[in-house]
Amino acid sequence: MPIPWLSLVIFFPLVSAVLVAVLPREASRTIRTLATVAALAEVAFALPLWWRLEPARAGWQFVEQRTWLPALGATYSLGIDGISMLLVLLTVVLTAIAVIASFRAIEKRAREFYALLLALESGMLGTFLATDLLLFYVFWEAMLVPMYLLIGVWGGPRRVYAAVKFFLYTMAGSVLMLVAILWLYFLNKNATGTPSFALDAFYALSIPPAAQWWLFLAFAFAFAIKVPMFPLHTWLPDAHVEAPTAGSVILAAVLLKMGTYGFLRFAIPLFPQASAQLAPWIVGLALVGIWYGALVAMVQPDLKKLVAYSSVSHLGFCMLGLYAMNSQGFAGAMLQMLNHGVSTGALFLLVGVVYERRHSRMIADFGGLWKPLPVYAAVFLVVMLSSVGLPGTNGFVGEFLVLLGAFRTNPVWAGLAAVGVILSAVYMLWMFQRVMFGPVTHAENEHLADLSFRERLVFAPLLILIFAIGVFPQPFLDRMQPALDRTLALARQRAALSAPGRVEIAVPGGLKVVIPPQPSGGTPPIEGTRR
Amino acid sequence: MTLPLLWIIPALPLGAVALSLLLGDRLGRRGTAWLACGAVGASFAFAVRAALALAARPEEGRSITEVAYRWMQVGDFSANVAFLLDPLSAVMILVVTGVGFLIHVYSTGYMAHDPSFRRFFLYLNLFMFAMLTLVLADNLLLLFVGWEGVGLCSYLLIGFWYTKPSAAEAGKKAFIVNRIGDFGFLLGMLALVTWTGSLQYDALFSAAPQAFVAGGIAITVATLLLFLGATGKSAQIPLYTWLPDAMEGPTPVSALIHAATMVTAGVYMVARCHSLFQLAPISLEVVAVVGAATALFAATIGLAQNDIKRVLAYSTISQLGYMFMACGVGAFGAGIFHLMTHAFFKALLFLGAGSVIHALSDEQDLRRMGGLAKKLPWTHATMLVATIAIAGIPPFAGFFSKDEILHGAFASGHYGVWAVGLLGAILTAFYMFRLYVLAFRGGSRVSHEAEHHLHESPPSMIVPLFVLAILSLIGGWIGLPFQRGGHPFERWLEPVFGAGGAHGTMRPLSPMIEWLLIEVSVVAALLGIVFAFRAYLKDPSLATRLRERWPAVHRMLVHKYWVDEGLDALVVMPLYRASQRLWRFWDEKIVDGAVNGVGFLFEGFSVGLRLFQTGFVGTYALFLTLGAVALLLHFLRQ
Repeated sequence: MPIPWLSLVIFFPLVSAVLVAVLPREASRTIRTLATVAALAEVAFALPLWWRLEPARAGWQFVEQRTWLPALGATYSLGIDGISMLLVLLTVVLTAIAVIASFRAIEKRAREFYALLLALESGMLGTFLATDLLLFYVFWEAMLVPMYLLIGVWGGPRRVYAAVKFFLYTMAGSVLMLVAILWLYFLNKNATGTPSFALDAFYALSIPPAAQWWLFLAFAFAFAIKVPMFPLHTWLPDAHVEAPTAGSVILAAVLLKMGTYGFLRFAIPLFPQASAQLAPWIVGLALVGIWYGALVAMVQPDLKKLVAYSSVSHLGFCMLGLYAMNSQGFAGAMLQMLNHGVSTGALFLLVGVVYERRHSRMIADFGGLWKPLPVYAAVFLVVMLSSVGLPGTNGFVGEFLVLLGAFRTNPVWAGLAAVGVILSAVYMLWMFQRVMFGPVTHAENEHLADLSFRERLVFAPLLILIFAIGVFPQPFLDRMQPALDRTLALARQRAALSAPGRVEIAVPGGLKVVIPPQPSGGTPPIEGTRR
Repeated sequence: MTLPLLWIIPALPLGAVALSLLLGDRLGRRGTAWLACGAVGASFAFAVRAALALAARPEEGRSITEVAYRWMQVGDFSANVAFLLDPLSAVMILVVTGVGFLIHVYSTGYMAHDPSFRRFFLYLNLFMFAMLTLVLADNLLLLFVGWEGVGLCSYLLIGFWYTKPSAAEAGKKAFIVNRIGDFGFLLGMLALVTWTGSLQYDALFSAAPQAFVAGGIAITVATLLLFLGATGKSAQIPLYTWLPDAMEGPTPVSALIHAATMVTAGVYMVARCHSLFQLAPISLEVVAVVGAATALFAATIGLAQNDIKRVLAYSTISQLGYMFMACGVGAFGAGIFHLMTHAFFKALLFLGAGSVIHALSDEQDLRRMGGLAKKLPWTHATMLVATIAIAGIPPFAGFFSKDEILHGAFASGHYGVWAVGLLGAILTAFYMFRLYVLAFRGGSRVSHEAEHHLHESPPSMIVPLFVLAILSLIGGWIGLPFQRGGHPFERWLEPVFGAGGAHGTMRPLSPMIEWLLIEVSVVAALLGIVFAFRAYLKDPSLATRLRERWPAVHRMLVHKYWVDEGLDALVVMPLYRASQRLWRFWDEKIVDGAVNGVGFLFEGFSVGLRLFQTGFVGTYALFLTLGAVALLLHFLRQ
């Protein structure tokens, strides 16, 4: 029997978490060391996937399948492709970084903290690797608990409000998703006679347009909350501001990607017609998110809130890329997911660095930091440039591909989204100016310690990734593209299963909602071109 | 001569950056200076070799592409990191590395006492890398890398003395205003690649005539978007406001980035994409009109500025306007010619101004200068050469290139543009000689303390001035008019702009009219010079009388037409206030309010529901009975 690699990858952190949890509370050094070693070992476990995965091969790889709930037809099945591989690597790298970054920040209940962080990692990895929807749902929910505790126990003054809000918000979405999953299950059972929660089975299922509509809404609601899409984003600033640094890093870098991953993996290919019909709305919300996030970020006095709202803007780009529904848009969105993980993760770490030293995140409490903290400022500069998408950094490649994909589908979308390029420079540079430039305005900032060796070690991999993806994006693109193209093809193929047309949906109460057919795809004819 | 590898040219300064980062302060000042200047000097040597090797080839073979690697490929879109050497990029790399090298050498003297010496050269070398990438790129996407890269370096160098709030503010302004231009550039690129399938120059330019209807809306919009990018980088109306503020940076930076090289990137890009612009006559007209308008507008502001660097900044904006004017009327070669000569004399003017500022212990106000000719003989002599050159007096470099632009405007039938250009020439000669007279002639108005420290600059600063002075004198001779088949510079660029291709819309003028045009422009320049001498040297009360005669005009010019104030009041503040409201009211009250409202609703509901859970068996029995009765009734009615 082959080694169950994916299971090892998923459950190694959980086992480590248990080991950490049973250590004596006083052994804080041992706790930290064990957690670090576990997180790094996990990177070592997962990293070979980069080479071992064959991106061009269709279907899931390193498949594992075991019966789980035979009566329901639910199986414990795992699989990986280019999309999930990159997200798995993002997760393990950023978790390791989050662990190392917490050495100084977490003093109370360190044992529980590291155990939860590692348990959270298992949940996230399981979510990306499950190919059975019930299993996916279990991991999805399992992820919630450690995150809730991380915010609620180690967070700031309003941590309980933020944690409850985060929990309830996500719960509301996922309960609807569970209903949708069950509906899918019964649809499938009625059509094929065999009970199953397998994603592949659902991929093969022809879903009536009216059902698609509701199913899509349920899935999209759950995922849109995670992304988060405007106007479902208000849990994010609260959660970020209150969460400890490591929590913010994981939240931004990985948890938000669950939403876009969900759209990419489930909502779009399973319900392509509903998805296409609602595309204008979703794109509209994505564009609003890009503008809105950026404008609100601009006026934030709190560094963490600024970064949080910038996430709303950046994730708007991801959604726009997905809903461009072409290779460039998909690839751009996928790359932007990784980029956002790297850059925004780094931004939260940077805020954490000054927070540890000054116990403030208010922009007004800083100013002139370049002088006492030159290395910190330089790292901040690079990360900021990546976040505003300067060519040569990762952000540019992703943003450009998203815009290219969007332009090909609808030039107006690209035009509206590209304004985000200006706005991101406005809020980021203004913040940088107020924090870094000018004279040192607070005497206590004059003798702050620059980045320690450990902190430099934390930022090094992120800086390398920023330039590596910016200068040599092709290895990343090569790994994601076949899977993305297959997803795109699947969505198109499934959309063709039933002819497009008017859809009538009976709404409880005798009303009828009529959805007009979507306009045919392709580049709209533009005056003055020959194509 | 064999062609050297092209990627080495930008890679050398990048290597110096890496080395400087790696070695840190161990490098020392001398080491830093040698490393930075050495890298750029070596780049220059390679650029010369590359240009010579290119010249040795037959004309039709003067286009060499070197693919470094595949940058990105997604679906049917791909872009390479690839470099292109052709006559146009050869001119650009020579100007960039040549002038760049001189300014590096000058900076070792100018910045000698700055505590952040190493950081300065790090940025400067990074700039060289980005600028060389920009001009050597063989596709628009890689050009854009250099384009934003130079913008970044500009941001960092304007804000080099970051503890000064005005410097930090100016740096940010430069970056953001440029981003507005880049927004246009980005969309322009997207339009081009969507319909032609490529951003690689050859493929793009050969596909464009098939993909676009000549003169159609699509190509017009696409080229106008590109031009929006150019107005940002090259400080044209409407995106010029960042450049005067950029003078907060160290003076060598103003010379290198904000005069000689980076700000000409927009002109280079438009010239590079000339075949696209030629498909869109409306866009070309816009380019010409914006160029002419900027040339005149900036020149009028330059008349009344008292900061020596700001005068030069507005002069740069104005001269860049001339270059766009040339492109707009189809005289792309003349635009590049002026780009080159301008790089010489404007770099010299800035470096000379730097030498003055250095000598006067950081005094920049012309009203506190005067009579410096004797104190700073070398600076004075070289500065005078540059001033004559920019004023357009033969046989100095600026004359030939400016004359060619005016000639192009006239020959293509743009008489209005020509007249504006001529008027601008008078103003240019006037404000430049005003600067010259106020700084170097007349009595000294230097403050006592500055007088005490007054000294001529060290050789590291004077030698570059000298070299640039020679170039400002002879740099235009490569374009002597009245040569059969065009002058050497024009012929050199022919493989890029086409034989007479640029002159497709130009009627040949009779030698008589050509002479007349030359005479008119020389007379215009002399007029400006004479007037400047009269108003500021012979009869200083004249300037005062003029000011008093038209106080409103003077105030308007001194305040730069209140454009910055207007933008602040009409764009910046409303945006800020709207965002505040968006956050405080919309986000916190409405969107989040709704979320919390749902929460309260459930809470209230639950509180109400709790009232039924009394814990008394009797109550439950009552509900049970009521429920059973209800069910019974329901079934009975069916």
